Amino acid sequence: MSEENKIEFPGEVHPTDGGGILVTKLDDVINWARANSLWPLVFGTSCCAIEMMSAADAKYDWSRFGFEVARATPRQADLIIVAGTIVIKMAPVLKRLYDQMPEPKYVIAMGACTISGGPFFYNTYSVVKGVDHVIPVDVYIPGCPPRPEALLHAMITLQEKIKTEHTSFSKGVPSDKKPKTVEG
Amino acid sequence: MSLMGQDVLTEDGLFMVNIGPQHPSTHGVLHLKVWLDGETIVKIQPHLGYIHRSIEKMSENLSYRNFIFATSRMDYLSAHINNEACALTVEKGLGIQATPRAKVIRIIMAELTRLASHQLWWGCTGLDLGAVTPFFYAFRDREAINGIMEETCGARLTMNYMVPGGVMYDLHPNFQKHTKDVMASIKKNLADYDNLLTGNVIFEMRTKGVGVLSKEDAISFGCTGPTARASGVSCDIRKLFPYSGYENVQFDEILATGGDCYDRYMCRMAEMRQSVNIIEQLIDTIPEGDFQEKTKAVIKLPKGEFYQRVETARGELGVYIVSDGAASPYRVKYRSPGFSNLSALSQMAQGVKIGDLVAIMATIDLVIPDIDR
Repeated sequence: MSEENKIEFPGEVHPTDGGGILVTKLDDVINWARANSLWPLVFGTSCCAIEMMSAADAKYDWSRFGFEVARATPRQADLIIVAGTIVIKMAPVLKRLYDQMPEPKYVIAMGACTISGGPFFYNTYSVVKGVDHVIPVDVYIPGCPPRPEALLHAMITLQEKIKTEHTSFSKGVPSDKKPKTVEG
Repeated sequence: MSLMGQDVLTEDGLFMVNIGPQHPSTHGVLHLKVWLDGETIVKIQPHLGYIHRSIEKMSENLSYRNFIFATSRMDYLSAHINNEACALTVEKGLGIQATPRAKVIRIIMAELTRLASHQLWWGCTGLDLGAVTPFFYAFRDREAINGIMEETCGARLTMNYMVPGGVMYDLHPNFQKHTKDVMASIKKNLADYDNLLTGNVIFEMRTKGVGVLSKEDAISFGCTGPTARASGVSCDIRKLFPYSGYENVQFDEILATGGDCYDRYMCRMAEMRQSVNIIEQLIDTIPEGDFQEKTKAVIKLPKGEFYQRVETARGELGVYIVSDGAASPYRVKYRSPGFSNLSALSQMAQGVKIGDLVAIMATIDLVIPDIDR
């Protein structure tokens, strides 16, 4: 493998006869694995969903970064991309979907509607003024709708964030902060 | 028997299933209550409002220039045509017409939008019926059209290009060349579309004779667009009530008689070819001149009621404005094509197996924000 194409793996490999020894931190390896196989939930409510589909097509091709395994059920998803306006009738459904996802789970708020209620809908009676009133958000993307490149940038930003996290295997993390499902 | 607090077994022995609001084949946040006898659908009740953004109410506080832009977010796959409908209604109230150049630009943009919308529909219909490849073919061509839109309008999806009196900016210098190139490649690629899906045995078995909508039902439910034309109802607004100069363009209204999923599919496929045909007629003969008629900075419509109907990619969109003479509308009402087409779903799906419901929903081509507004 040439120097440029080398896979960025956390840790140091010390070559020995017939293989090598890897010196690394468990946290780094787990985060590396998590960050490179983010499976999004198929969740689009309006216009932004079309740009999310565009990000999946051959021109933008989010599978380059390991995002392409879009799941229809929250139980298999790591990530919700909230693509589109959330109205008051939809908010409990979104909360339920989020609750059904296994830990660790992440949220990307895509588009102006999910940040603040939108470029137009901020003063209407039916729209939730920002999806962070319902579920916690990791990355916000402005735009109406954001371009597919913006979505890719957001997902790479999320990867960066994941790579700095503590996992439940690391010491010194308070027990209530530990994700429950990966324990043991 | 109850599931999540709801009785799923009704008194007459039917089984009630909830589909949506989060379901990949509902193309958005539609919630369907389906009553089943075994696997056969007896009744469907759609539940709406999961993406109700109160666009109509909001428009009452926006100026006549601004309320147009909210409609890009209504039927976002026909954003240009939605904007055009509103602009035409305001023009009707003002008693002006768009400039000849703007009219031609409007037709070309509307047909490009229709093409892009039908391409997305074609890709998603393939996805819904288990074929992944069409999605990538469709989006390849759709991206090319998005590129044209971006050049001239500055946006890929919600263009906000139509304004009362014409269009917002003049065309990009590359527009004609770029459009001609894309049309040439799409004409070639449409043959690929047919090779991939149209002649496919599995696809034909899943769509032929499924979800039949009779001509009488299509009329009584108020269906429009390709959904109704596949049942033999002549309802193309571009032909029947021409606007923006469609009367000067040669094209055919596509009609079929079967009213099943396959006919709806074939209608849209033929419409794509018609759209290419319309664009090719006009692209070389865009008149010179102003792209926008002069209008006052603050538009005020005279007291009265104004209505304009246009043909979007999904059917007939009607815009109804009541004015009391102020700078913003007193009341705005949209007659959206998806709402009426969805109302016929229960009729179409009666007696079919639940697996075929996906095929029926795919071929009605629903856009949920258009229905809920």
